[in-house]
Amino acid sequence: MNAYYSVMAARFRALLQYRAAAAAGFATQLFWGAMKVMVFQAFYRSSTAHQPMSLAQSITYIWLGQAMLAMLPWNVDREIAVMIRTGNVVYELLRPRDLYAIWFSRILAFRTAPTLLRAAPMFVVAMLLLGMQAPASVGSGFAYAASMLAAILLSAAITALISISLLWTISGDGISRIVPGLVTIFSGMIVPLPLFPAWAQTALNWSPFRGIADIPYRLYMGHIPPDQLPYMLAHQLGWTVALVLLGRWMLARGTRRLVVQGG
Amino acid sequence: MPQIVVENLTKTFRVSERASGTWGSVRGLVRRKRRIVRALDGISFSLEAGELVGYIGPNGAGKSTTVKVVSGILVPDSGRCEVSGRVPWKNRIAHVRGIGVVFGQRTQLWWDLPVIESFDLLRDIYGVPRASYEAVRDELIALLDLEPLLDTPVRQLSLGQRMRCDLAAALLHSPSIIFLDEPTIGLDAVSKLAVRQFVKRVNREQGVTVILTTHDMDDIEALCNRVIVLGDGHILSDGTLGDLRASVTTERRLIVDLDEDGVDLSGLGAELVSREGTRIELRFDPDLISAADLIGRITSRFPVRDLFVENMPIEEVIARLYAEQRR
Repeated sequence: MNAYYSVMAARFRALLQYRAAAAAGFATQLFWGAMKVMVFQAFYRSSTAHQPMSLAQSITYIWLGQAMLAMLPWNVDREIAVMIRTGNVVYELLRPRDLYAIWFSRILAFRTAPTLLRAAPMFVVAMLLLGMQAPASVGSGFAYAASMLAAILLSAAITALISISLLWTISGDGISRIVPGLVTIFSGMIVPLPLFPAWAQTALNWSPFRGIADIPYRLYMGHIPPDQLPYMLAHQLGWTVALVLLGRWMLARGTRRLVVQGG
Repeated sequence: MPQIVVENLTKTFRVSERASGTWGSVRGLVRRKRRIVRALDGISFSLEAGELVGYIGPNGAGKSTTVKVVSGILVPDSGRCEVSGRVPWKNRIAHVRGIGVVFGQRTQLWWDLPVIESFDLLRDIYGVPRASYEAVRDELIALLDLEPLLDTPVRQLSLGQRMRCDLAAALLHSPSIIFLDEPTIGLDAVSKLAVRQFVKRVNREQGVTVILTTHDMDDIEALCNRVIVLGDGHILSDGTLGDLRASVTTERRLIVDLDEDGVDLSGLGAELVSREGTRIELRFDPDLISAADLIGRITSRFPVRDLFVENMPIEEVIARLYAEQRR
């Protein structure tokens, strides 16, 4: 079997064991989602101005975000962090494989397995009880699925970049405080991006973070029509390629100046 | 041509230092003191295929750093290193395919997976063909008696069990060179023996080159015909155990159990090291007096119950070598 696939599959299986964490995550995200829905209901009721997204669409956007929360690149891969901290990273360098590709495979599993455990029940509960809508059309559903795959790759590329930065900072405490802020704001997790002021839209549209949440969610609701899919994929995959190249470059530099912790 | 050639290897690390205590931490925010540590300061040696070499030295001498450079993990500051004609850090992927490494204080097995799944994963990572993999794996399982451990998650193994599994893991892809960095650290006597026997076999029967770093001199005496001693990033000595001993001292010990205590030991031609009741330990130089002569003198003067001749313990030899280096 292919080496990279095996590494990913092993990590995936290991992560599926964490059912308690998934249940806790599901409960937390349900609570947060409910709170955000109430805030948005109050906001729509108090404003008479025309909004670029309907309340129902905003609510769906919120629940999609809550379902997919574990997929966002808001933390480093714990396994890689531990490896760098303890020096076990030496064994990674002894593999006759491309190190970036091995880490990317691990991270893909790290981004998908927990998401799968949380997203499935969230979709069911939110659609049945909490006002989440189904995809606007079959085309929208398909466009969502396609751009979600691209979003996972993009998210993994960002996670890889953050994880590789640990070769310099080791603890990563600073980064793990800055990154969640950036990611949650600019991906649309706090406020859906269409509701940001007009002057911010250009920058938001170009930012890579948009590709991990805002694009797939709006395709789902038909807020971006399905025929826009190629442009959206170009945005997501273009950024993915750029960030992968950056990550590979950083990793090459990082391993050249590697210091193995703990002798 | 030698399999491993190392010439004038140097490697320095920058270590950030700060004074201890709160004030030290505060000062550290503004100004960082950097100290340069020379881990390797001109190391040269070469190894033929099939050798089993002990690489020893006090903590911080640069043993592990050498292993990490030669295995392609670290890039040295200067110097030359070729393993089977390849420069490890320039040709990392091709290089690591042919080597196995065990770091005694770490594990390369997947913590949450059963041992056998870790092995299968390594097969995929190294791309070992299935047929040869199964043959090698089954042989390793038999040699190291791993059968009862295969379905246990690695985190639940004892240290000795884990080390046996790690040894197997390092050999699954049939490397021609293995680096063992303190493979017996923290192991009990039985596990140590198992590890030693295994290393010896792999070296003798499969002709695998072994580089062994250790602090356990019994490992060295049991396994290595050649010993490289390292201190402060320099090679202090390189040769057989006998050469090493001879370079430090030729002195030998005679231990005698006498029938009575309090006898007069002057004029024997040997120096008294210790006396406990009727047991005495003498130190002598075989160039001045042969062991046979000394024993003759003693037995002619006192009734003797038992006696035996010893070399200076290898620990003491090494300790002297280190001490001379310091001076």
